[in-house]
Amino acid sequence: MAFFDRLKAGLSKTRNGLVHRASSLFSSPINEATLEELEEILILSDVGPACAGDIVSSIRSRQSRGSVNDLRTALKQEILKRVTGESGLLRVDTPFVIMVVGVNGVGKTTSIGKLARKYHDEGLQVTLAAGDTFRAAAIEQLEIWAQRTQAQFVKHQHGADPAAVAYDAVMSAQARKSDVVIVDTAGRLHTKSNLMEELKKIHRVLGKAMPHAPHEVLLVLDATTGQNGLQQAKVFHQAIGLTGIVLTKLDGSAKGGIVLAIREELKLPVKLVGVGEGMDDLQDFVPEDFVEALFQES
Amino acid sequence: MFESLTDKLEGVFKRLKGRGLLKEEDVAAAMKEVRMALLEADVNFRAVKAFVEKVKERAVGKEVLESLTPGQQVVKVVRDELVSLMGDVHKGIRLAPNPPTVIMVIGLQGSGKTTSVAKMAMTFRKEGRRPMLVAADTQRPAAITQLQSLGKTVGVPVHATQEKDDPVRICRDAVTRARNEAHDIVILDTAGRLQIDTDLMNQLKEIRRDVSPHEVLLVADAMTGQEAVNIAETFDKEIGIDGVILTKMDGDARGGAALSITWVTGKPVKFIGVGEKLDPLEAFHPDRVASRILGMGDVLSLIEKAQEAVEEKEALELEEKLLSDSFSLEDLRDQMRQIRKMGPLQGLLGMVPGLGSKLKDVNVDEGQLRRVEAIINSMTPLERRNHAIIKGSRRRRIADGSGVTIADVNRLLKQYIQMRKMMKRFTGMKGKRFPGLPRFM
Ligand SMILES: Nc1nc2c(ncn2[C@@H]2O[C@H](COP(=O)(O)OP(=O)(O)OP(=O)(O)O)[C@@H](O)[C@H]2O)c(=O)[nH]1
Ligand SMILES: [Mg+2]
Repeated sequence: MAFFDRLKAGLSKTRNGLVHRASSLFSSPINEATLEELEEILILSDVGPACAGDIVSSIRSRQSRGSVNDLRTALKQEILKRVTGESGLLRVDTPFVIMVVGVNGVGKTTSIGKLARKYHDEGLQVTLAAGDTFRAAAIEQLEIWAQRTQAQFVKHQHGADPAAVAYDAVMSAQARKSDVVIVDTAGRLHTKSNLMEELKKIHRVLGKAMPHAPHEVLLVLDATTGQNGLQQAKVFHQAIGLTGIVLTKLDGSAKGGIVLAIREELKLPVKLVGVGEGMDDLQDFVPEDFVEALFQES
Repeated sequence: MFESLTDKLEGVFKRLKGRGLLKEEDVAAAMKEVRMALLEADVNFRAVKAFVEKVKERAVGKEVLESLTPGQQVVKVVRDELVSLMGDVHKGIRLAPNPPTVIMVIGLQGSGKTTSVAKMAMTFRKEGRRPMLVAADTQRPAAITQLQSLGKTVGVPVHATQEKDDPVRICRDAVTRARNEAHDIVILDTAGRLQIDTDLMNQLKEIRRDVSPHEVLLVADAMTGQEAVNIAETFDKEIGIDGVILTKMDGDARGGAALSITWVTGKPVKFIGVGEKLDPLEAFHPDRVASRILGMGDVLSLIEKAQEAVEEKEALELEEKLLSDSFSLEDLRDQMRQIRKMGPLQGLLGMVPGLGSKLKDVNVDEGQLRRVEAIINSMTPLERRNHAIIKGSRRRRIADGSGVTIADVNRLLKQYIQMRKMMKRFTGMKGKRFPGLPRFM
């Protein structure tokens, strides 16, 4: 199923009535009441009060200039402006090294499994690095994904230095002519400074193993996350320099609107989206679909 | 960091001269700020709307207490209302009159169920009970292994079978086994699932019907946004919940989900999870979370945290050292470690009311604290105990060893000496235990 259809399927199951509201909204004339409702829909999608207010006032001022004849189109334009960016991953070198980070339980390991599957399907050789040496059974979890996707697997003991695992993975990938290396990391709250230091070290060591590595540093963000998502992105970005966002669990009823604020403030694009727990539930981010899903009529 | 609500309200009320009763228009203006604060904290939009209406009614016409400014008075009404909405007192788990008590733990993927059940099991074990954990997550790869490993760590047996087994069957067998083996508590760790996944929700219903748990707890992430309402409402309607565990509260999310959930379900948040380490779940204190949601700081938590981190005995020893003027660089390092143990400094300072907003521009650089520690680590024990011997070549070696410049080392030493001088002045003042740390580097 395509991303859009999956979203549709997910959304049709939601019972929050937003969908109907949006359609009636688009058919009524633009006035203060409709704009207020619009704000509500945006906030309920976790866009945040500030960003929602921003979008609404752009529309208000466009309208007063007489340049809005269709609320739906205007709104789409406003939001698209705020999410469009490079999507998907561009392999720039071999091995192509991807580092995956994020707070606990957002879907890092699963997304790595799905990415491995995607590259495997493209006929590429993938190496997975078990960089979460902290959480119980994290190594075993990734190992299962490596088996499922026929990826090479590099691990150390539980409790070992994750930077060493990352280093070995790149070395091993180079020796075995692997095309892609994906480094899993332990989930960590951005407020734990010692754990953020550990991430910096992993990042640094990857650069020593191979010039310009990691080529992608992806922050995994759970679509159910609220305003704290922006803070997460800021701190991770400041620590290691992110290249993009993977927005997971979009198969649920959450919309992940916080990515608008992240894009606005940090210029970080959403590159991939997770739409389920299965191997194939990873897609390139399509801004139009994302906007469509915010105001789905079905 | 957010400007604190109190500060904003002071702005709104600036033009309000004198005392008297809160007027409708002033309250309305104040409520705009309250609304923003709540939305920023992820309280659900509709909950905010209802809440603001209610508080408006309560606040208008209220007399401003002698000791408060109008802004503070409004915050007080808001806060009191938040606290009463979230349930005034902490509610624990009700144990069944006839053991085993069966506790079923449910929630979305990645919300923190497995860690939470391990923490619960550990607490019960420490209380002298005989809990058993049940690995009913056959969905996520290595979920069973994870629970088994945590069970080993906390010394609690885990009932686990094959991944291909039916979770309903696993739970049923586990309860039977618990009864036979005289376990008095059974905790079911179920697979994470979306509340809109009909098949998996039906599976939970079936488990519930089959084992009749005494307590069903929903685990929710403190970082959850507007969806908290839909999640909690659906799990409550479909499965029925008795309470909530709010996890990842050791982060800096404001935790508006707590309010959204109790607002929509009427069920209390019973516990909070505050770390990956297997420390006990903590009781949920509505008053503290209310302050946190409003961005007002949380003095109580701060005090408690400080108390935990700084052992009384160590404090006395330190006092002793200060009095005898033998406070060494080693002691300085210990003291800094204590501070770091209390958690991220920025967050900690943000808990102090009134300080939150002032700290906006002050960047508490934990990197600096770490750098100081690294410098001291690079000294020999002798140097740490007698700073006077740290001269030119030693300074260079220390700088190299800790990856800083000689100027950094010089600065640290200078500040340390200043600090000792300052402490000397304090030693005359009995009862004042901790002199403040000067700003390092
Ligand atoms: N519905 C849904 N579930 C997902 C998605 N991505 C991940 N999950 C589930 O979320 C849960 C946590 O995923 P993990 O991949 O273990 O998350 P993580 O970030 O690696 O977790 P830690 O390593 O423990 O921090 C698992 O149950 C996954 O199956 C998604 O796109 N949709
Ligand atoms: Mg993981």
